[in-house]
Amino acid sequence: MTVFAAASIAVLVALFLAVVRALKGPTVFDRVLAGNSIGTGAIMLLALFGFLTERPEFLDIGILYALLNIIGTLAVLKFFRHGDLSHPGGEEPSEN
Amino acid sequence: MAEISQIFGAVLIVMGSFFFVVGAVGIFRMPDVFTRMHAAGISDTAGAGLLLVGMMFVAGLSLVTVKLAVILVVILYSSPIATHAVAQAALHAGLEPILANKKIMVGPGAHPVPEKDKAKKAPPQTKSRTPTRRPAGKTSGKARSTAARKGRTRS
Repeated sequence: MTVFAAASIAVLVALFLAVVRALKGPTVFDRVLAGNSIGTGAIMLLALFGFLTERPEFLDIGILYALLNIIGTLAVLKFFRHGDLSHPGGEEPSEN
Repeated sequence: MAEISQIFGAVLIVMGSFFFVVGAVGIFRMPDVFTRMHAAGISDTAGAGLLLVGMMFVAGLSLVTVKLAVILVVILYSSPIATHAVAQAALHAGLEPILANKKIMVGPGAHPVPEKDKAKKAPPQTKSRTPTRRPAGKTSGKARSTAARKGRTRS
């Protein structure tokens, strides 16, 4: 049990640093990257908390977070690249 | 046997926590977005991977292990995709890596400025911090590129 508590504290420290970067980040890409790392840290924290409290049902929520994390990151990046979530993608024409 | 797997899992969890914090410190301290991506890769692969494998060893063979494996596979697939997308979007937006124009001075890929180029440089031309933006035609192309390289290595 002690190792789970220690790992939870380490993940919390990592989450704090990532949140500071997400608040400070000079560009939007720093914030997106920090948001992705916050998502990974949240998954780890959910799994560790499930072991800490002997309730492995938290892992299902962790799977959900892992699946939503990548979708959210890609959606935000597509929005900031094309300005439109329904953009078909691909290379933009040079003269526009 | 059970105690051995518990201890091994605990060791893996401690190592994973270490790598996770290292990656977060890198995200906090690295100078630009591309180097921060490198640090995020550490915490997404080494940190999360070791933590999840350690929890698998602690949990033993059950449904919990399968769920942890699913989380591990999803993270190992999604993290490079997200990093690639961030890098592509950042390059598309015009950001440049701050280390892209620095010369590599040591190691197998080293290409320092040769001695004859150092001797050839003219002092007033190399004073400028941004030599490439000077109007063309003042100097010959070879001398200008030499001055540009010198200016970049100095900055």
